[in-house]
Amino acid sequence: MSKERIKISEDLYDIMPSDYQDLVKSATYGKEDRGWKDIGNSKELIEQHSLCAGCPESMAFRYILASLPNPEDTVMVGSTGCTSLVFPMVAVHNIHSLFGNQNAIATGLKRALSVRFPGRTKDVVVLAGDGATVDIGLDMTLQAWFRQEKFTTICFDNELYANTGGQESGLMQKGFVAKMAPVGKLFDKVRLPEIARESGCHYVIQCTVSKPSLIEKVVRNAVMIAREIGPTYLQLYTPCILEIGKNSMEGLQEMRDSEKPTERFAYREYISEPAKQLLAEVSAKDKEKKAAAKQLASQGA
Amino acid sequence: MGICLPNPGEAHINGVIVPEEKAYEEAAKQFLMAKVPTLFPGPLVLWAWNEKAAKKATAIRHLYNTLKECVQPGQTPMLIPMPDYRPKYPKINPEVEINPNHPNLTIWHNKIDCCMFIGVHCHQANLSLKIIRGGTSCYTIAMCAQAGHEDAMLSFRDASVEKIMKLADAVKRLKGSVKPRLTSAKHGA
Repeated sequence: MSKERIKISEDLYDIMPSDYQDLVKSATYGKEDRGWKDIGNSKELIEQHSLCAGCPESMAFRYILASLPNPEDTVMVGSTGCTSLVFPMVAVHNIHSLFGNQNAIATGLKRALSVRFPGRTKDVVVLAGDGATVDIGLDMTLQAWFRQEKFTTICFDNELYANTGGQESGLMQKGFVAKMAPVGKLFDKVRLPEIARESGCHYVIQCTVSKPSLIEKVVRNAVMIAREIGPTYLQLYTPCILEIGKNSMEGLQEMRDSEKPTERFAYREYISEPAKQLLAEVSAKDKEKKAAAKQLASQGA
Repeated sequence: MGICLPNPGEAHINGVIVPEEKAYEEAAKQFLMAKVPTLFPGPLVLWAWNEKAAKKATAIRHLYNTLKECVQPGQTPMLIPMPDYRPKYPKINPEVEINPNHPNLTIWHNKIDCCMFIGVHCHQANLSLKIIRGGTSCYTIAMCAQAGHEDAMLSFRDASVEKIMKLADAVKRLKGSVKPRLTSAKHGA
């Protein structure tokens, strides 16, 4: 798929709802330097969402969709949870898998795409909640990493099962009392970033989604590394404001508070040696491109 | 048992296999009788995937224009797109589009009493046709590019530009000879 193929038939253009016309006219498919700064200037790849007002997950969705390097050739795999309510609004190919199966589905999909389109870059990105990634789907998550499958896994970590009313999840912090977990969590938050590193992921990031530029950088890096080298994992804190007793306006502050250096969502990264090398190459190429563009501009002036 | 799908050159009307020519007449008659005859083009023709899709879109516009020319005062032909199959929440705008997951909303809102699906993938067309049949009394026609639809009350098969134009010709031919229904039935049909 390329933007050239996303065209409305001329004779039926006038009857198409405006959101589709906008997608064709001003979405950022095919734009090389797309990023979060396009939000507000161009048609976003997420229409409207059915999440709660002020939900940090909706911010995360917008930043991720704005940052995918190759949205027209990307397939996202989702799973049961709040994220699955958003995928119908997303203008990127996506598959909803059974609860927990997302990394197994993505494995088959990535392999099939490489056979079907050998000369084309096709990215696969898994996006699921902590229940799907760490509890119900942990087997599939780990096995995909062990096998060095070339796709990115993104976990929206809200530290509980928000969609079903607040049950305890593996990523819930120790001692937390939720609406449907009145005793309080008895054991520590599962250390999935460390497990990811040990399981063979080449790029592992833990952070919140309070900074769009950071999300843009880590999403791009994760997709590029997965494309060339092997599995990558992003664990993004997207607190469920309802389940932790916050108001709609307090999601951002909650993330800022949780990312302080001593807090549990302080920024952490692991990059393998081959991945470091790749990022250095990409960065060098970007610099070259920028220098060439600058030179061209100065010649033009 | 059940409804057999037509062979090439045939169509079905209410489950009875008929020569295609008869189906053109019947479809044209139903359009001209309806208070709100409506065409529902789907993603296979709304998006210009290839030259053939774009040509079909032109033919559909021609059919719609023919309907507008041939109906009598009080009849309101409509052309409402089904751009994709996403289950849109919280709801779609039934004035401007139809969604296969709740097509009855568009039928009810616009009081559509005869509709034709074209350019909709078969499984989504089947889903829509079943919901419309179950929840409304709208007459359903399918201009299917494959083997036809048993869930439509009238179904063509192997849809092509020529077949859409033939249907437009039939509408033109029957202009003035069919008495339109004066009122819409219950649930917009």
